[in-house]
Amino acid sequence: MPAITFIHPDGKSDRVETGDGESAMQAATRHGLDGILAECGGNAMCATCHVYVDESWLARLPDMSDDEDALLDGTATERLPNSRLSCQINITPALDGLVLRLPARQV
Amino acid sequence: MSASSSPEINGSAVPHLDVDPFDMKFFADPYPTHELLREAGPVVYLDKWNVYGVARYAEVHAVLNDPATFCSSRGVGLSDFKKEKPWRPPSLILEADPPAHTRTRAVLSKVLSPTVMKQVRDRFAAAAEERVDALLEQRSFDAITDLAEAYPLSIFPDALGLKPEGREHLIPYASLVFNAFGPPNELRQEAIARSAPHQAYVTEQCQRENLAPGGFGACIHAHVDEGAITATEAPLLVRSLLSAGLDTTVNGIGAAVYCLARFPDQWQRLRNDLSLARNAFEEAVRFESPVQTFFRTTTREVELSGATIGEGEKVLMFLAAANRDPRRWDKPDSYDITRRASGHVGFGSGIHMCVGQFVARLEGEVMLTALARRIAKIEISGEPKRRFNNTLRGLDSLPVTITPA
Ligand code: HEM
Ligand code: FES
Repeated sequence: MPAITFIHPDGKSDRVETGDGESAMQAATRHGLDGILAECGGNAMCATCHVYVDESWLARLPDMSDDEDALLDGTATERLPNSRLSCQINITPALDGLVLRLPARQV
Repeated sequence: MSASSSPEINGSAVPHLDVDPFDMKFFADPYPTHELLREAGPVVYLDKWNVYGVARYAEVHAVLNDPATFCSSRGVGLSDFKKEKPWRPPSLILEADPPAHTRTRAVLSKVLSPTVMKQVRDRFAAAAEERVDALLEQRSFDAITDLAEAYPLSIFPDALGLKPEGREHLIPYASLVFNAFGPPNELRQEAIARSAPHQAYVTEQCQRENLAPGGFGACIHAHVDEGAITATEAPLLVRSLLSAGLDTTVNGIGAAVYCLARFPDQWQRLRNDLSLARNAFEEAVRFESPVQTFFRTTTREVELSGATIGEGEKVLMFLAAANRDPRRWDKPDSYDITRRASGHVGFGSGIHMCVGQFVARLEGEVMLTALARRIAKIEISGEPKRRFNNTLRGLDSLPVTITPA
């Protein structure tokens, strides 16, 4: 199974194994990771699963939908060019090793 | 109450139960019956109303997330709109399926988005502070009337842009809507019999000219100009907010205060760390499930966890029972404000998941923050009284006494 790494604002990192067909958000919440809230449970409504994607991975992610784009305008911390919603990133074998940085807060 | 297996139901052994989940005795204490429903099997059949039922988290979640098979357009109450005339014109969002639902949903999602919540946040928070000022003067009060109702009433109708006159219809109208999802019992029949003045008020208020500029209602109508919805659809979408936007939060805030008054250790934890307020509200929505149930109707024969359900069958989802399913939750019967509560189905799940959830969370968060910052203790000082509704769970009265911080 592909594994992905979350880097906390204090620099500490957590590597989590992902399950079959899981999104980055689901993998994070299943491991009880702090820093991803996911209030809407992955329905692309809340923007509380915001992550900053490590620059070297950005181009390899699936394109974002208009809904995700609009929601990213409502994130709690500043939207940056590498902002994504982790519930919209489905982890495929090609994303093994993906690095995601967590924002300081989600609400 | 008995559970018996019957092989006749479409050949699969679905346990038949003779419980009535819309009965006063059930409402008074639903938990033993919830457990019975969960433990009887993944899918049960309720002979009293001839419906299937799901009470475990996995099946409730599965039904919510398969809207093509378990549709909403035939009504999310017991009544099947294919067989019976709906008591009011159906909702264009709640009682709709894709693609119709997708379009109306997009409009309400924009009107009630997290971005819009940032704009109303300060106003909602200031009103919460004002409410707490008044409560501190009173010291002893009814936490339902003076807090859980008074607070949303002080902000939501204004946020919608409603006129000051006639607002006394709002709570009776919502209570009617949620009773009407139930079976034709006394609660439903009486509510519908007395509905005419409330319906007349609501129909009138949903018109564009009656909604103040800048409010949620006017924002819905503005989408007509962009071509997203028609001028005849807009009033019905405003109606959805009048139906689902007030009484739900009254019961949500009431649930949170009832929890925090009953569990003083959790109240202290919240006082020690106000950043827990939002999750304390979320956990109250899981723990009490202000919206207890909704139905779906099958669009085809389907197999669900080994049970075969035919086409055109009503399936009752016990959201409240799923929110306390020990298969999904650790210590499900304890109210824990640090619990990772997201994933509960108190707001539903999937395409119909509550479109007003950010309004509800904002109200809950700012109210609990204001209370916890300024009040040291909340003590229940009289017998809580329950309010009975076919869908909503909450109290009618909760006498409390507070000690200032
Ligand atoms: C604690 C408060 C609330 C609770 C527990 C709650 C619960 C729910 C639930 C369980 C659903 C799913 C219905 C289904 O799947 O058939 C829902 C949908 C909905 N809610 Fe809420 N709600 C709350 C507050 C609000 C507020 C404040 C509003 C409006 C401002 C609102 C408007 C709606 C609407 C319009 C829908 C239909 C969405 C759709 O079908 O796509 N709700 N709510
Ligand atoms: S979990 Fe809500 S948008 Fe990702």
